[in-house]
Formats: sequence, C-alpha cells, structure tokens
Amino acid sequence: MSTTEVAKPSAVLPVLQDYAAIVGEPEILELRELARRVAGRHVKMVNSTAVGGGVAEILNRLVPLMEEVNVPTRWEVITGGEKFFHITKAFHNALHGAPYEGAADWFETFLATNEENRRRMRFDEDFVVIHDPQPVALIAERNSGPHRWVWRCHIDLSNPNAQVWDFLKPWVDRYDASLFSSPQFTRGLRIPQYLFFPTIDPLADKNRDLEPEFVRDVLEKFHIDPARPILTQISRFDRLKDPVGVIRAYRLVKKYEDCQLVLAGGSATDDPEGAAVLQEVEQAATGDPDIHVLNLPPWSHVEINALQRGSTIVIQKSLREGFGLTVSEALWKKKPVVASAVGGIPSQVIHKLTGMLVHSAEGTAYQIRFLLANPSFAKVLGENGYQHVKEHFLLTQNLKRYLVLFLVLLQGD
Amino acid sequence: MAASYLVRIGAEPVRTLGELAKSLRSCPQASIFYHTFQSLEAHHYTSFSSDFAQWALTACNEAALAEQLAIVDLREIVSLEDLRGILAKIVSDYLKEHPQAENRRAFEAFYFCEGREVTVPSGLPAWTLTELAEGIRHLGHQSLHYHFINSRLRLQLQTNDFSFWIEHSLNHPWLAARLNRIDFYNDTLDDLRQDILDVLEPAESR
Repeated sequence: MSTTEVAKPSAVLPVLQDYAAIVGEPEILELRELARRVAGRHVKMVNSTAVGGGVAEILNRLVPLMEEVNVPTRWEVITGGEKFFHITKAFHNALHGAPYEGAADWFETFLATNEENRRRMRFDEDFVVIHDPQPVALIAERNSGPHRWVWRCHIDLSNPNAQVWDFLKPWVDRYDASLFSSPQFTRGLRIPQYLFFPTIDPLADKNRDLEPEFVRDVLEKFHIDPARPILTQISRFDRLKDPVGVIRAYRLVKKYEDCQLVLAGGSATDDPEGAAVLQEVEQAATGDPDIHVLNLPPWSHVEINALQRGSTIVIQKSLREGFGLTVSEALWKKKPVVASAVGGIPSQVIHKLTGMLVHSAEGTAYQIRFLLANPSFAKVLGENGYQHVKEHFLLTQNLKRYLVLFLVLLQGD
Repeated sequence: MAASYLVRIGAEPVRTLGELAKSLRSCPQASIFYHTFQSLEAHHYTSFSSDFAQWALTACNEAALAEQLAIVDLREIVSLEDLRGILAKIVSDYLKEHPQAENRRAFEAFYFCEGREVTVPSGLPAWTLTELAEGIRHLGHQSLHYHFINSRLRLQLQTNDFSFWIEHSLNHPWLAARLNRIDFYNDTLDDLRQDILDVLEPAESR
C-alpha cells in the first residue's frame, strides 16, 4: 500500500484572472491582496479519493488556484484495502444517522490503515487540511511544531450514530479548527467551528457554457427526446440519493405529463455499494423506455453539464446529503430545482425563491407538476438560483475562505 | 481597506424563542453584529435581512415577532449593546404577550455565529473624490459592506466611512449627507455601489 499524490491535470486549467469575467475584477484584486499575506506558506490537503464525489472535484480546481497565488499546496489521497473502504462507507452512513452494525475489529482496522498511511506520509507543511472522517486519525502525526491542523467535514453530523461519532470525536478534538458546510452540521465541538460552503467551478467542464447544438447532440446520443419534458437527477448511485424514490416520483408525474427521467451518475472509488444500487435502479426502471439510467465514467463532466442544461427540471431527492453540490450546478445553469430539505440543500434552495424544497416522493412529484404547469415561475426560480450561487457558492469564494482561515490561524484564534 | 470574513459557528444552538431571548442577553457582541449588520449582504432572497427575524418567521412561524425584529433600523444604532437591548426586549415583550410561543420547538435550530474580520490595505489610496470613486469601483463586496455598513458601528456616528471622510477631509458636508441617505436595506451590494457612484460622479466634475 502506498499513499498517492494526485497528479496535476495536464489540460490547460483556467487561471484566477479568467474568473474576473464572472465575479468581477474587484473580487480578484482583493483575492490577490489576501494571498500576498499567505504567500510562501505550504499547505497539504488529504482526502480518500482522487476521482468521483464533490470533495475530489473541489480539490481538483482549488489546488491549482492556490498554487497560482503562491501558496504551494500538495494534495494527497490515502489508500486502503476494500475492507477499509467498506468500513468508511459504513461510518459515512452511520454519521448520517443510519444504523451501524460494524464488526468488532472495524475500529482497529480503521486505525491501522490510518497508521499505515501516516507512516508513509510526510507532514512538513504549515497547514494540513484533512477532509472527512476517512483520514481523520492522521492527526496522530501532529507534533508540537507550528503546524496547524484543520478537519474539513463535508458531511452532515447533525444526527450521527453515537457509537461511530464517539469513536471519531477524540481524534477530531485534537485539531486546531474544524470546517463545516452548514451550521446545522456541527456537533458543538470545543475547537473552533467555521462555516465553509462548498463551491463549484463555473469554468470547469461540468459548469461552463455549452453550445445548444452540443447539448442536443448529447441528448440524442443517450436517446433522450428534447421535445418532451426532461426530469434529471445527477448523483452517484447511492441509496442516500434515493434514486428509486426519484423513479416513484417520476411515475406519479407521468400520470399527467408525458415526461422522461434521466438518472445519471457514476461511482466513487471509495464507495463499494455503487454497483448494487445501480442494479436496484435498473431493476426499478425496467420496462419504461422513458427512464434513462446512465452509468457514466468519472470523466463525463461535459456530458453531465449537457444533461443538466438540456433538462426541464433538475431533481435532488436525497434522503441525507452532505452539501449537494449538484444543486448548485443546476442552479448555476438557471434550472428550476426540486430538492429534498436535507443537509446543505436548504442553504442553496430557498423555498419558492431559488427552487422548491420537498420532503417525500409524493411532494417531489407535486412540485414537479406545479413547475411544469407554470414555466414562467420556474424560469424566475432559475434566475434567482443563478444569482444565489454567484454570490455564495463559486470556487473563488472557497479560495478566499481558505486564505482568510490561514491568516486567522496564523494570528491565533 | 479590503475586508474579508470567516464565519465562526457557536457551539450551542437555540431551539425555542425562550432560549433565543436568553441567549440574546448573553451571546458575544460579535454575534449580535453578525446576525444583523453582516447579514444585510446575504439576504436578497429572503423576507427579512436580520437573521433573527428570518428565523422567527421561517423556523418559529411567528410572523409578527419577525416583523418587529426586522424593522429595527440599524442606521439609528451606534452601539451593539444598545442593539442587544432592543432585540432582547422585543423578544421578551412578545413572549409575555404570547407565552405559548416560549417553549415551542422551532422547525430548525438557530446557531449563533460571528464573523472573524480580516482587513488588508487595498492598495487604492484616495485623496480626491475622483480617486474615491475609482477605489469604490474596485472594492469587493465584503469591503464595500465594511466601509458603508459595518463602519457605522466602528465610527459610532450614524454615518459611513465615505461620508465621514468626505465631510472631514474634503469639507463637503452636503455631499456626505447625501451619500449617507442611500437606503442600503433594499439594495444588493452591486446596486449599492452604483447608488454611491451615482452620487459621487456628478460631484467629481464640480
């Protein structure tokens, strides 16, 4: 086993100045001024997957920008066997409130894998940012030096399984600060808890503007009819995203509207349940040619962008959610969104102002029917949603929060 | 100055209006500031710009209380302790009239937060109105908020940094007063910037 340093992407990435056209020149100027105060400090980011899922996507874009503003940043991914990721998936579900039925040796295996990674990694940086619970015990490496350790929690800890949280909390307590995607996700920690909204990159393939012809081509490629309403949920095949519940909602809508459903996603390398869930979804969709289940490879960003842009309504009917960046992606494309009021989604979807919040499959169907019948209202939701994302959930704001965090940590909070 | 904020989340959420009334009296001043002055920049889509008002409405379903909390005019406030007293009295008085609302659990908890402010020189010094206008064109949103809204507490004079400077360094009290009449409650920060420039630009050419 060895830890993996994530290779820098070879494709030409946008530079900070490219974002001025979106967020305005003043924001970029101020970012540069802030960065000058942190320049030369070294940062390490650690998570558990380089591909798939929101964390990897954020780091893929954030790390090059930090490098550009002279804050050298190294992104490393821990490795572990199938058993480790099976355990961390169970932890993930348990922290979201699901029952936990771990074997007696799971905590020990978790710590042993963290320890193996710790021994292979070096921690010479000024700031170490550990993402999510999988690598949380790397904090054991912390020495008495001037390094600052930060735990970035991307998941909703509002109602965790006590057994798993009680095991993890002593590790979390050893950090200098914690970062949460919503105040509702916090656990009343003794260490400082800061609000860090996750963000999307408006210039990434997944979000950049596309030619309408390209969008049409992608729909055709997947045999989706652009002339009829298209309802879409983009997410990993994960039970917490409730793809089968989405099919149930679609069937309720279908009684009244001749619509289509697109369920598109892939699976992350740290999610061993993906294949089983995909099978359940395909089974639930059997016999209906208007349900398109698309298991896409992780590099399908531009296709996902096109599917979102080609959609009439975007759904995110999660049962539990970290932040739900797919919602921000859809809002950025000015799409009306119908989404569950869970996790970080209410930060993005303000009911009837930037989208519609729902609590059940039936509620999802009800709001979809309302929006299909009221396209001008749906358009206003999309416009508001775009502004909301522009103000709060873009990559440049994430860069700014990290720079401010580092300054605050240097000053001593 | 270029201002940026890191939001620190408090450890103890409140779940009822009774708990809110109590916490309003004891929470850090920085939290009172964050949920009133600072929240002005984040509420283009909600009914009220005060976080306390918004929570009373959406999480507690107490529309009349929400309205009372929202109409406290921050332009009249020069001290956070004054503001704390006003807000705490509004909630306490309301609960005396509506005791059934005191311990009813809110739809979602309220988390007291506070903004950790970091300021750095913007590199845009101004000696004239023209330079001031140019600097304002190049201020980020949070810096504009810092100079035009947050400044009222820093100065404790019911005015903003730009008006204060125009009055005391350029000796244009009429222009300072005109700038200070801009209604920042109902603007986005981009609208606010334009309103300020609309006042400054004709004066520049005089």
